[in-house]
Amino acid sequence: MEHAISLFVRSIFADNMIFAFFLGMCSYLAVSKDVKTSLGLGIAVVFVETITLPVNYLLQIYVLDPLGLGYLSFILFIAVIAAIVQLVEMIVEKFSPSLYAALGIFLPLIAVNCAIMGASLFMQQRVQLDPENVKAIANIGDAFAYAIGSGIGWLLAIVALAGIREKMEYNDVPKPLQGIGITFITVGLMALAFMCFSGLNI
Amino acid sequence: MALSQKTKEAFLGPLNVNNPVLVQILGICSALAVTVQLKPALVMGISVTIIVAMSNVVVSLIRNTIPTRIRIIIQLVVVAALVTIVSEVLKAFAYDVAMQLSVYLGLIITNCILMGRLEAFAMTNSVKDSFMDGLGNGFGYAWILVVVAFVRELLGSGKLLGYQVIPDSWYAAGYENCGMMLMPAMALILVGCIIWVHRALNDKESK
Repeated sequence: MEHAISLFVRSIFADNMIFAFFLGMCSYLAVSKDVKTSLGLGIAVVFVETITLPVNYLLQIYVLDPLGLGYLSFILFIAVIAAIVQLVEMIVEKFSPSLYAALGIFLPLIAVNCAIMGASLFMQQRVQLDPENVKAIANIGDAFAYAIGSGIGWLLAIVALAGIREKMEYNDVPKPLQGIGITFITVGLMALAFMCFSGLNI
Repeated sequence: MALSQKTKEAFLGPLNVNNPVLVQILGICSALAVTVQLKPALVMGISVTIIVAMSNVVVSLIRNTIPTRIRIIIQLVVVAALVTIVSEVLKAFAYDVAMQLSVYLGLIITNCILMGRLEAFAMTNSVKDSFMDGLGNGFGYAWILVVVAFVRELLGSGKLLGYQVIPDSWYAAGYENCGMMLMPAMALILVGCIIWVHRALNDKESK
């Protein structure tokens, strides 16, 4: 249990998907123009991550490893992610039209969000680690903790950037640097700030 | 070989004016993560170029038979198969580089350059044009990687491709490597600066 909590906290701060690994950067930069939409996308990412990562974990442990089919993992993981995104989209549309209206346009985008695929590939590396290692994913509980943690880390990062960008509208930025250029530099400075969490241990 | 205007444009556009990283803001994740040293950046650039070109060709070949509703999944499977081949080849012939690239090699699948080019170009254009478009975008992506990696490796560890280029006498005279350059944050700031320069130059030309 302690291990799962430590994994959860680490994956939010020290191993933040955006600031430590640059995963999900494309939608991160494209959708972070205002806080409301970025919150919607962030929640969708947490949601999909929490479902796909444990599924991929089970596949890795019970299908790929015993059969020695490790080289098929890319195709299998991306197929699982694409299928689950499609499924989630249909279920949400049927049972909660209001949530669908809020997440609707983001769900298809998530299939190609590197944060989702990246988390599954990191999981594949981490199951091989020694269980004592703080980064190891030893059971399905750890897989859930890691999935929720890295999803929330992504959500936090995109909402924070959206907040800064909303304020930055009023600043006098050199013309060629406006828009995407200054956003890159802002993210760089945020990443520097987040680096103070590295080495965090609980 | 005479190339039509369109084919030429498909190849040259992405190198500068329509660069995938600087202008279309695609494929940022891996562009930033693998640029601490020059060698992995080169390998990554070449791998992406091959995969974009080949997947463009494959999707362009079968574009008339793909049902539109499930095209995303088909595209993903084509890309995933190609990425698997490249990663197995790298593991066999350049194991240490493959380990350095770690998950980012697998993440070529979700690299937005691929999906973007497949959706925007290969689905509607001929095989030859798609191939050139793939090559152009791959090289456009690769040169950014190489520039960022060159600066980071030179300033961060005083080496290029693993060989020391800053002479020992400089270190003796008090020169220090800039440790900041090795940190992920600097990659973002460097790309930001490249975008700045690129925009400033291109705006001047268009005036």
